[in-house]
Amino acid sequence: MESGMDTATEKKKTTKSRSKKPAYSKEQYLEWYELMFRIRKFEERALMMYGQQKIRGFCHVYIGQEAVAAGMESAIRKEDAIVTAYRQHGTALGRGCDTNACMAELYGKKTGIVKGKGGSMHFFSAEHRYFGGNGIVGAQIPIGTGIAFAEKYKGTDNLCVTMFGDGAARQGALHESFNMAMAWKIPVLYIVENNGYAMGTSVERTSNVTELYKMGLAYDMPSEVVDGMSPEAVHEAVSRAAEHIRAGNGPYYLEIRTYRYKGHSVSDPAKYRTKEEVQQYKDRDPIKITEQTILDHKIATAEELKEIENKIKEEIKEAVKFAEESEFPDASALWEENYVQADYPFIKD
Amino acid sequence: MARKLALRDALNEAMSEEMRRDETVFLMGEEVAEYNGAYKVSKGMLDEFGPKRVIDTPIAELGFAGIGVGAAMNGLRPIVEFMTWNFAVLAFDQIVNNAAKTLSQSAGEFQCPIVFRGPSGSAGQLAQQHSQTFESWMANVPGLKVISCVDPADAKGLLKAAIRDNDPVCMMESEMMYGYEAEVPEGEYLVEIGKAAVRREGTDITLVTFNKMIFPTLEAAELLAKEGISAEVIDLRTIRPLDHKALVDSVKKTNRMVVIDESWPFAGVSAEIAYEIQKYAFDYLDAPVTRVNAADTSLPYAPTLVEAYLPNAAKIVEAAKETLYLNA
Ligand SMILES: Cc1ncc(C[n+]2csc(CCOP(=O)(O)OP(=O)(O)O)c2C)c(N)n1
Ligand SMILES: [Mg+2]
Repeated sequence: MESGMDTATEKKKTTKSRSKKPAYSKEQYLEWYELMFRIRKFEERALMMYGQQKIRGFCHVYIGQEAVAAGMESAIRKEDAIVTAYRQHGTALGRGCDTNACMAELYGKKTGIVKGKGGSMHFFSAEHRYFGGNGIVGAQIPIGTGIAFAEKYKGTDNLCVTMFGDGAARQGALHESFNMAMAWKIPVLYIVENNGYAMGTSVERTSNVTELYKMGLAYDMPSEVVDGMSPEAVHEAVSRAAEHIRAGNGPYYLEIRTYRYKGHSVSDPAKYRTKEEVQQYKDRDPIKITEQTILDHKIATAEELKEIENKIKEEIKEAVKFAEESEFPDASALWEENYVQADYPFIKD
Repeated sequence: MARKLALRDALNEAMSEEMRRDETVFLMGEEVAEYNGAYKVSKGMLDEFGPKRVIDTPIAELGFAGIGVGAAMNGLRPIVEFMTWNFAVLAFDQIVNNAAKTLSQSAGEFQCPIVFRGPSGSAGQLAQQHSQTFESWMANVPGLKVISCVDPADAKGLLKAAIRDNDPVCMMESEMMYGYEAEVPEGEYLVEIGKAAVRREGTDITLVTFNKMIFPTLEAAELLAKEGISAEVIDLRTIRPLDHKALVDSVKKTNRMVVIDESWPFAGVSAEIAYEIQKYAFDYLDAPVTRVNAADTSLPYAPTLVEAYLPNAAKIVEAAKETLYLNA
């Protein structure tokens, strides 16, 4: 009788819950939540500061795509490498790059992650095995393949996650890289973050092959589609892929379907898509859904989440203060880091 | 009759007029059709000419530049837009190895009448990969012609001439100057490729420049005038072929020259001009030709570094005074 009652209550609970049964630990869920919340708040603040002209140049935000960084990071190792494109604040923060240094970089300050030299598109950190944000669409596809090539050459079991957009997937370099990676069994994980658009061009308008994972099949590369609004789904797929790669089987390719809520960059009003379409994705917001999963399944309390949120908000506030109070690089820095050779003879008319 | 037109609208008129005139002319590039151009240069052209002639491409510079070359070899007159010349680097194989060489390697069996165009140069704090100038790269290649001009009237006439030209032409514009307005004549006209323009007459020193560096150069000329120095300002407009005569004639008058060039100093346009002048006007020179370039470095993001990197009026004035032996 008693056990029967228990089952009934259990049943009621699960049906009431809007999200599926949690498969991961409390630590894991809170880690995802914290990282996604950090990325979101970092970029919301960056946009605000862009509006105040504290941040200049091109600025592409990741808002909406945070679950990709979260689910990927939890499924790989810190020693693994990552390279991506210019929409990269979230990827860098996911690697564990310092929030202060990232914010200061957006400001172009000398305390920035690359001393104010790269700005929004170009964070790099050797310590974090982060091989950067690349501004040339598709350039990082062969580069990531080469980073992975070096790991194999050196005999490690590290891999390189090579991330690119749906637009970048149309560059010829993808095919050359896929082919060599398969032929040479290179330990590279290709991730296309398919957010539906390359600037104003939808995936449908660039090809008759709109399911991007199929591009791997031509090379017999294991290729899958992943729900990019769910850190769980991303984590599962990346774990599976990483295991395959580390076993020496060569590359793996994931098409992670996601969405950017904002325009391509700060200057794009994004008139090429409907409000309804954007709303559809916002309804599946990875941060909200994760919060719901955590609360519904009593993984953590609302107070615990609030604590994380407050901590992050404080962290971002601190980062802005740090960036504001830091100095611009001295003009002499222009001549530094062009050559490794310290006394390189520049032309100075 | 003239009216004021922004550079982007002048370029738009050039392309639209040529497309009305010649069925074989078409425009192809990233975001040129439905988005009306990343910098709105092709605004309205899809509406007027339809998707057969105003074509959005995927991000595949090497591929669509090559498709342009093939189409040009087979009777069409493509205008290939690069979102910026920085991305055209991916297509240099097709521009340099094919467009430039079609006529020579086919011994005239095939021509390649194509225009490659887009913005070149820095555009604010866009950092290393998005700030480069490409005039000297392309001008190094026999078989190509290179235009670099931001004056709306001249850019319009030059682009029309480029579209009608039977050789491949690279046209360099400027992201920052697309909104720059100036007088543009009504009606049909062409501007001859290979001719410089004197933007300001002077007798003491010649300042030679091109593309958006015309602005700090004119500003410098104004500052010099306040000190009683009369500077002549020449806007090259075309980089290849270089208007040798205009440069030599000006030096014969002023006996001094400063070249202002946003690109890097090594083997650049400024180096070529200095060579020409020492070779063909040596006896007229009262001082070595000098130059103001971007720094011999990559361009980082921070505003202090952009400032240190680029030529500006103060640097030009200083170089001019050095050439006039006026620096203490
Ligand atoms: C080779 C090259 N061509 C064009 C551009 C201009 N550009 C920058 S981002 C972009 C769209 C890329 O879209 P996608 O790969 O889908 O990435 P997303 O912006 O959606 O993250 C374009 C055309 C560039 N930076 N590099
Ligand atoms: Mg995209």
